[in-house]
Amino acid sequence: MATTATTHQTKWWSGGKSPFNLEYGKLMMWYFLMSDAFTFGAFLISYGSIRFSQNFWADSNAVFNAFPGAGHANLPLAFVSVMTFILIISSVTMVLAVHAGHNQDKNGVIKWIAWTIVGGLAFLGCQAWEWHHLITGEHAVLVDGKIELIGQTMRGNPWGRVVEGSAVMDALRNTPKETLMKLVEEHNHTVAPAQLASMSNDNLIGMLNTAEMHVREKGPIAFGGYFFGITGFHGFHVFSGVIINSIMLIMTSKGVFERKGHYLMIEKAGLYWHFVDLVWVFVFLCFYLI
Amino acid sequence: MDHQQNTFSPEVTFQHHHSDAEFKKRVRKTTILLSVITIIELGIGLTIYTLHKGEHPSPLLILMFKGMVCILTLAKAYYIVSVFMHLGDEIRNMIMTIVVPLSLFIWFILAFILDGNSYKNLRNKYDPHFKESTMPVHEQKQDTIELKHSGKE
Repeated sequence: MATTATTHQTKWWSGGKSPFNLEYGKLMMWYFLMSDAFTFGAFLISYGSIRFSQNFWADSNAVFNAFPGAGHANLPLAFVSVMTFILIISSVTMVLAVHAGHNQDKNGVIKWIAWTIVGGLAFLGCQAWEWHHLITGEHAVLVDGKIELIGQTMRGNPWGRVVEGSAVMDALRNTPKETLMKLVEEHNHTVAPAQLASMSNDNLIGMLNTAEMHVREKGPIAFGGYFFGITGFHGFHVFSGVIINSIMLIMTSKGVFERKGHYLMIEKAGLYWHFVDLVWVFVFLCFYLI
Repeated sequence: MDHQQNTFSPEVTFQHHHSDAEFKKRVRKTTILLSVITIIELGIGLTIYTLHKGEHPSPLLILMFKGMVCILTLAKAYYIVSVFMHLGDEIRNMIMTIVVPLSLFIWFILAFILDGNSYKNLRNKYDPHFKESTMPVHEQKQDTIELKHSGKE
């Protein structure tokens, strides 16, 4: 059979065959992925450029320390490692789907493509939870001499420099009652909201432990735009990958590739899916690890 | 010999034949490798976290760990592209049409990171308000002691 020996003997450029020994669609998928790599690369490099232009940047271990169902526990890197492993495993199931296609094994392709789709959906679910948690989770931030509760959005970043205790006390005296009540509720679930409403501001402040509050200044505003922009763009790739894989699943089960005699389409979808995993490796590096 | 029987696609002259056992071994090996590298990365991430929590985090040590994570990430990328995407099995000319353009990233990364860094240094030099309002507190103290300190990140 064909081995590397024939590779050298074959006159690849004499016409009548693909000089790259690749099907046209697959080759074009490679070039598309290369250009997509530059798109993602440009986003990530822009993020790096802005980050290097700042003296202070939000500490990723403070930002991403939550885990579903774990409440306020401080668990840096835990959830994102789950997401990373989900994508690695779904990449492996995709390899197995492509291999089953090589062997003309229709049921194998169906089985492994289905698992790949499950992995993609699980990843998207994780990302939805993470975004929701970041946007709605409010943190005490010192703004204009008073405490405000803000979440991680495109307009604000609650992970600036840590504020010292005495400055927190001063700020609390300027803080409106509504915010004070929320702050007390966050750490103290024993008192009913109606009871809190009847208390004076000084009493409410007395119930707060300033050391426990972790009050910070506002952080670099660009953080939100880059994080949501880049992980959103990646999430969009995962989403379209799930759609493509679903179409492949339907086509396979209808026997389209069986009739064609080859499963090259699965290979192309596979390339795209692996690329999504590849990009995540770099997003993981840039946002969560360094 | 040149024109072999091919049910695959008329454009493909020869196919790569991996036996099932060989393929399974390769996939299992790569999966384990990727998982192990990820676990090491997480370990380094947690090390950086504990270093940051410490009294006097050494910027050089943290930078070193970050560099290690970057190298491990490149290793992961290599295995995904080479084994999972089968780029390693393709014809050399084809590999080069993908890899050579990607080398543009070397300039791309260096130029923009250095530009950002230079912008920071200029602002710290000419805009004292920027420096005062954004410099991490512990580095501000160091700054007053040794004037040459540049304030990394």
